[in-house]
Amino acid sequence: MAILETRNLNKRFGGLQVTSDVNLALEPGELHCLIGPNGAGKSTLFRLILGEYAPSSGQVIYDGHDITALQSHDRIRRGISVKFQVPGIFKALSVRQNLEIALQHHLEGHSLRGAIKSQLEFLNLSADAAQLAGNLSHGQKQWLEIGMAVALKPKLLLLDEPTAGMSPDETRATGDLVRALNAEGMTVLAVEHDMAFVRQVASRVTVLHFGRIFAQGDIDSIVADERVAEIYLGQGHGPHHG
Amino acid sequence: MARRPLLRLALSRLEGPQTLGRGRAFWITVVAVVALAAAYPLIEDAYTVGNTIYFFDWVFMALGLCLIWGYGGALSFGQTAFFGIAGYVYGIVTVDFGADHGLTLVATVVAVAASALFAAVLGYFLFFGRIGGVFLGIVTLAVTLVLERFMAQTAGPEWHVGAARLNGFNGMSGMPPLTIPWPGDDIVLSPDVPLYYVVLMLLVLTYLGLRILVNSSFGNVLVAIRENPQRATMLGYDVRKYQLGAFVIGSALAGFSGVLYTSWGQYITPSSMGLTAAALPIVWVAVGGRSDLTTTLLGTIVILSGFQALTIYGSQYALVVMGLLLVLTVLFAPEGLITALIGLPRRLFKGRKQREPL
Repeated sequence: MAILETRNLNKRFGGLQVTSDVNLALEPGELHCLIGPNGAGKSTLFRLILGEYAPSSGQVIYDGHDITALQSHDRIRRGISVKFQVPGIFKALSVRQNLEIALQHHLEGHSLRGAIKSQLEFLNLSADAAQLAGNLSHGQKQWLEIGMAVALKPKLLLLDEPTAGMSPDETRATGDLVRALNAEGMTVLAVEHDMAFVRQVASRVTVLHFGRIFAQGDIDSIVADERVAEIYLGQGHGPHHG
Repeated sequence: MARRPLLRLALSRLEGPQTLGRGRAFWITVVAVVALAAAYPLIEDAYTVGNTIYFFDWVFMALGLCLIWGYGGALSFGQTAFFGIAGYVYGIVTVDFGADHGLTLVATVVAVAASALFAAVLGYFLFFGRIGGVFLGIVTLAVTLVLERFMAQTAGPEWHVGAARLNGFNGMSGMPPLTIPWPGDDIVLSPDVPLYYVVLMLLVLTYLGLRILVNSSFGNVLVAIRENPQRATMLGYDVRKYQLGAFVIGSALAGFSGVLYTSWGQYITPSSMGLTAAALPIVWVAVGGRSDLTTTLLGTIVILSGFQALTIYGSQYALVVMGLLLVLTVLFAPEGLITALIGLPRRLFKGRKQREPL
C-alpha cells in the first residue's frame, strides 16, 4: 500500500490551473524526486499535501487515510514532516531552542536534553548550540531545519529544494544525510533542481510540467527521455545540468 | 512526593532563554527591590502609599499585553475592553450583594472570569478565523470602542442590573473596596498600607508565575509562533490554540487590573475603555520593551509615574509626550528603551572588543 497517494488532485487560482489531475503514489521507503521547470506546480503540490492549500478537487491519502480535510498540524502529527526551500527556522532563538521546540512534543526533562544533544551532534552543530539560529551559515541553517523536520521522526519527509544555495560539497553532504535518513526507513519526497543531487539520491523521479505529471521512472530513463530534455531546454536549463 | 519534582521544575523555569536576568546577582537584586518596595510605606505617609497602588494596578494589564504581544506576536489594541468588563462586573456584583462574607473576593473571581470568557469567545473568532497582524489590532480596538460607546449611553434608569445603575458616561461609583473576611472584624482594603502590601504581593506572584509560564514548553511554542508561525505549524503545533491561550491569560490579567482599579478608586467609567485608555498600555509595553516581562514591568511603572507627574503640570500635554515617546521608541529603539539600555554596555563592550585587533 502506498504511504502517500494523491488522487486527481486539482488546484485552481481563479482561471489559473496550477495542478491538473495529479495522481502520485509513493511506496513506503521510497526516495522520490520531483523535478520540473519553474512554475510546473511542484511547490503547489507540496502545499496541497501539507494542507496549506485546500485542493479545488481531488484527495490526499496518507497511510490509508483520507487527510484532505485535515489541518496542517494534524497532518504533521500523523507523521508527515517538511523542510522548506527558504530555511524555516526560528532565527531569533538559539540553535538549541530551535531543536527543543521541535522535540518537546514527545520528550521532556532528561530524555529531551539527551535527544537535543544527540541531534546537535548528528547535525554537526554542537559547537553552535548557543548561537542564534539566524547567525548560522546558509548550509548550517538548511541542516538545522532538516534536523528539526526529522526530530519528529516522520514516516514521510518532504524536502523543498534541500540544496538550494549550497556549495557542491554541502550538496554532497546533504545527499548523504538524506540517504542516511531514507536508510532508516523514512520515505522521502524531494523537489530539487540540482540534477547531481537527484542522481545521487533518487530511486524514482517524477517530472511535472504545467501542473501535470509529464514523465515518471528511474533517473536513467528520465535523463534519457528526449521530451524531458526538451521542456528543460525550452527553459535553457537541461536536466543534464549540474 | 509527586509534588516536589513539579515544584522544582516550576522553580527551574524561573529563568530561561525567554526571560532576561539569571543567576544569583539577578535574584539578589530582585529580592532587594522587593524589600525596598516593602519598606516604602515606612518612609511615606499612607496617602502617598495609597496613590502608589494606582501604578501597580495597571501593571497586571501591561504584563498580560506583554504575553500576548511581546511573546505571542499578536498585537491586541483592546485590552481595555477586558479591563472595563471586569471593572463593571465587579461593580455590579458588589453593589448588588455587598461586601460581607468575602463577597468582594467572589466578585473579583466572577469579574476576572467574565473577562476571560469574553476573551475566549472573541479570541476564538479572531484566531480560528485566522485574523492576524494589523487586523487583529483593528478588531480589538473596535471592540473596546464599541463597549465604551455602549456603556456611555446607559444613563437612563432602565439600565440597571438589580440595584446597580450603570449611569452612562458618568460611570458607576460607590462600590465597596476589596474586603477580606476576618474573625471579629473584616479587613477593608481601602487605598492604604494593607492594600499596598496585598497588591505588591500579587504583583510579585504574577511576575514570577509569568516567568515560569514563558520559560515552559508553552512559552517556547508561543515564541516560536511569533518568530515563524508556518514553521511552528509544520512542527505539529496548532498555532491557533496557543495564541488563544495567551490571549485569554493576558486578558484575564487585564480584567484583574480592572478589578483592582475599580475597587481602589471605587469607580469605573466608560472612558476607561476609550481610545486614549486603549492606547496607553501599548505605550507602556512598547517603550519598556515588549519582549520581556522585566522590562515591561519596569517600563510600565516608570512611564506611569512620569505620566502622573506630567499630568499634574501639563494636563493634556502628558498625552502628547506619551505619543512622542512611542514614536521615538519605534524609530530608535524598536525593541524598547529599557531593553536597549540593558544591551548598551554589551554592545559597547563588543564594539571595543571587535576593534581591538586593529
